[in-house]
Amino acid sequence: MPSPRSVGHALVEGFGDRSYPVAILASLARMLIGYGLAIAIGIPLGLAIARSILIRDTIGSAVVGLQTLPSICWLPLALLWFGLSEKAIIFVVVMGATFSITTAVEGGIRNVPPLLLKAGQTLGAQGLLLSLRVTLPAALPAILTGLKLGWSFAWRSLMAGELLYSERGLGRILTIGRDYGDMALVLATILVILVLGLIVSRYVFEPAERALARRWGLEAE
Amino acid sequence: MKIELRGVWREFNGQQRPVTALEDIGLEVEEGEFLCLVGPSGCGKSTLPDLVAGLQEPSRGESIVNSGAHGAPVLIFQEAGLFPWLTVRDNVEFGLRVRRIPRARRREIAMEQLGLVRLQQFAEALPHQLSGGMKQRAAIARALALDPPVLLMDEPFAALDAQTRDIMHQELQRIWTETGKTILFVTHNVREAVCLADRVLLMTARPGRIKDEIFVDLPRPRSVSNPELAEVAQVALDHLRDEIQKAEREEFDSGWLYPEGRLPASGPGVVASPR
Repeated sequence: MPSPRSVGHALVEGFGDRSYPVAILASLARMLIGYGLAIAIGIPLGLAIARSILIRDTIGSAVVGLQTLPSICWLPLALLWFGLSEKAIIFVVVMGATFSITTAVEGGIRNVPPLLLKAGQTLGAQGLLLSLRVTLPAALPAILTGLKLGWSFAWRSLMAGELLYSERGLGRILTIGRDYGDMALVLATILVILVLGLIVSRYVFEPAERALARRWGLEAE
Repeated sequence: MKIELRGVWREFNGQQRPVTALEDIGLEVEEGEFLCLVGPSGCGKSTLPDLVAGLQEPSRGESIVNSGAHGAPVLIFQEAGLFPWLTVRDNVEFGLRVRRIPRARRREIAMEQLGLVRLQQFAEALPHQLSGGMKQRAAIARALALDPPVLLMDEPFAALDAQTRDIMHQELQRIWTETGKTILFVTHNVREAVCLADRVLLMTARPGRIKDEIFVDLPRPRSVSNPELAEVAQVALDHLRDEIQKAEREEFDSGWLYPEGRLPASGPGVVASPR
């Protein structure tokens, strides 16, 4: 076990020689693309599954199965399809995050109080308009939970992917630490990964959740 | 605008066998009339406003709503059903927004309707900040903003406390007088019906049929505590008594009905006895 001092030293050195900033930027760039794609696929898929019984019985069951599959299992296939490239890792991230977002969106939409839908209908909203003006906003708290869940799944998938294969990124530094037996570097990197996760949860998701709770009156005054 | 139902039946697929909620309903509502439907719980009376609003189709018969250019009837529910993510004003504007009314006009109409239900100073509040009665008033304003020819009200005050309900009875009579809307009001509360309506239709327990018609010709505004009104309500209650008991029998196990003034002597929980 490395001493706190050596871990601190590894941190200072890593930020000093810019290896951490470069790695963080590389990892976050992959996250943005992968997570963005997961949102772009996950939300419409959740909507479709909630709306159509046919899609629920076919793709819906597949989604439930896929969600339990650790996304890193896709890496061999991704390497075959995309070669040793950025695309392979992003694919793993997408597979890791999409289905938890889909499941949350689907659940949120199915749990929209029928009263609100009826109110929307009697006020003249139908079809797409009803979905956009009533169903989606009503499902927003559940969708936000799904996005938060999706983010942590994406982050885990990314680290696993980078650990196994990548040129840059935080996972890569972990591999280097292992290869050189530099446990201080490994621990320092784990700290960086942890703190990044905390920052996103603290400054992105928590404020969004609080704002929503306040608006909906779900928060104790 | 006139509403007419001719030989309307409505059946549902129950758990074991099909359930007939409405049986051969025929009724007419005249323009500007305040009509109340009263029936025991579970008599299918709440299905009726849904049929008129077009949210459900009759299994048999026809529901004719001469809507003309004025648009469809609007429903008001037991729970206000305000959208929690919108302010009170945005809630009232909802139907206008769906109809693509320009923003300035929307705001004008919303504030006018909020004035009618006396909620203008709460225009920017969120639904969860309102009391039950205020929510229901906001829901009424939201419906009236569309200037519907008919208001369909499905037990709108059933979830309110007694004092608030009394106030809402006064308010609704005032709103009805000021707007001249046709109102079809469904309730299980006979006194409420007699207090509000020109004409009361009494419904039977399931299957729901129209059993009797009572005309209420008392001066407005009426209050539930008015003794004359209590008399009319008693007449209506006598007509309905059998039906209420029939409905209760379906919902309770057997042996629930005790002779008046006597509880069963045995059993846990019965302690008090005169010495």
